[in-house]
Amino acid sequence: MTTRRDLLAGAAKVAALLAAAGALPAARAAWNNTAFEAKSLADAAKAFGGGAPVESKEVTVTGPDIAENGAVVPVGCATTLAGAKRLLLLVEKNPNVLAAAFDVNDLVEPSFNTRVKMGQSSNVYAVAITADNKVLYAVKEIKVTLGGCGG
Amino acid sequence: MADPMRIRAQVAGSNATVRVLMAHEMETGQRRDSAGKVIPAWFIQEVSATHNGKPVLAAQWGPAIAKNPFLQFTVKGAKAGDKIAVTWKDNKGDTRTDEATVA
Amino acid sequence: MKHAITAAAALALLAGAAAAQQPAAKTGADAIAEYRKLLEDGNPADLFEARGARLWTDKRGPKNASLEACDLGKGPGVVKGAFVELPRWFDDAGKVQDLETRLVWCMERYQGFSAAEIAKTPFDRGEMANVTALATFVANASRGLRFNLPQRHPQERQMYEVGKRAFFFRGGTHDFACASCHGVEGQRIRMQDLPILTKNPGDGVGFAAWPAYRVSAGQMWGMQLRLNDCFRQQRFPYPGFGSDVTVALGVYMGVNAKGAESIAPSIKR
Repeated sequence: MTTRRDLLAGAAKVAALLAAAGALPAARAAWNNTAFEAKSLADAAKAFGGGAPVESKEVTVTGPDIAENGAVVPVGCATTLAGAKRLLLLVEKNPNVLAAAFDVNDLVEPSFNTRVKMGQSSNVYAVAITADNKVLYAVKEIKVTLGGCGG
Repeated sequence: MADPMRIRAQVAGSNATVRVLMAHEMETGQRRDSAGKVIPAWFIQEVSATHNGKPVLAAQWGPAIAKNPFLQFTVKGAKAGDKIAVTWKDNKGDTRTDEATVA
Repeated sequence: MKHAITAAAALALLAGAAAAQQPAAKTGADAIAEYRKLLEDGNPADLFEARGARLWTDKRGPKNASLEACDLGKGPGVVKGAFVELPRWFDDAGKVQDLETRLVWCMERYQGFSAAEIAKTPFDRGEMANVTALATFVANASRGLRFNLPQRHPQERQMYEVGKRAFFFRGGTHDFACASCHGVEGQRIRMQDLPILTKNPGDGVGFAAWPAYRVSAGQMWGMQLRLNDCFRQQRFPYPGFGSDVTVALGVYMGVNAKGAESIAPSIKR
């Protein structure tokens, strides 16, 4: 007889598999493994259910032109898009491109600042994903004088 | 238990700018120690915040976020005396919540 | 695996990029300054300062006592203003001490820790990491104040002279002295412009900027570690923690910086 525990465990496993494949909308508590293993902007956006990325003036990425050390690079992402649901920060030449994903809602400004590690000089992207899965981005090149991925 | 976060929340017009410093290694899992062994990944995966108990921020982070992470965001409709609580959770399941009052 | 572009290439690239984008042509130095400015707000040193504040009042060590009786030069327990008057002579210790050696002395005297054991502990480990956190806390309490090291005691004046000799002493495989990097106006030995330390280099520069959080190491560096690393770069043997030469150099730099504003703890690459 299948116990309720078995049923729940089974369901959880299936959900985890689906979530990992990016098929389920990311639940609040689930970390989007697929997105964080993506090797390209397009793949990262797809992992959040988004379509093909398009450059847009309604998204901004901020950061220094040159980082003295790639271990700590201050960057920011922001958007003026009305229907934005998520803001992503990506470093193109990092082993895994996605650095962070922020939920966008009415309670916080759609603008976030943090610091990322950059392995080498690279394009940095701010990406907004809208409720209808449009993907819009801004890009800036940040030069790094010393890679910050350690060793 | 990790060191406490440093949270500063300041009134900015009708909003509050929140700046957080978290004490965390943010180990990528890409580095090796002197013996050649991979240093396991250990990093904050989820960050959330509440404003007077109401959830306002939810973010997912990867190991590319810098060590001892800094985060800045702006809470809408906040005033002096309001409470901002920030929580992080890492890939080992450790978690930390700290609170600050908007000044 | 590290991808680094050489300093020359970086400047060349930047010059190229600057030429391509009109009208602002940003020099390498300007770009670095902008990067450093962006880092100032939200200095992880704050995390160490907070830990140091707790360590100052917590009852710890074999004697289970706090450090609040420790005299850093302005009286027992007085933290504010102490940093900008160190190193200085201490009657009870019978020597000139800098911030970190004074802290270790107090940790032994009041808390029962072994100063010798702490001195042997690598930076960033065990009690030595606590010394760094305490130094960050003490330095922060003098933020904005101006250096005013005492030179009344003969030992204080002697240490200044020893520091000066040490500063110009060339040796090691590369025949470097501190002065090789920090003593020649208008010359650079690597990408960064380094302050001239034979005189007052200005507010928040040189001696006035350490302890500092070093982002490249993700580590808090007190002056002892800063000097230790300078000696490493000169290809000298590492000075022992708290050795006379390190304290003497602190006196030399600190006295030269008289009147300069302290911004410690700051943030560095």
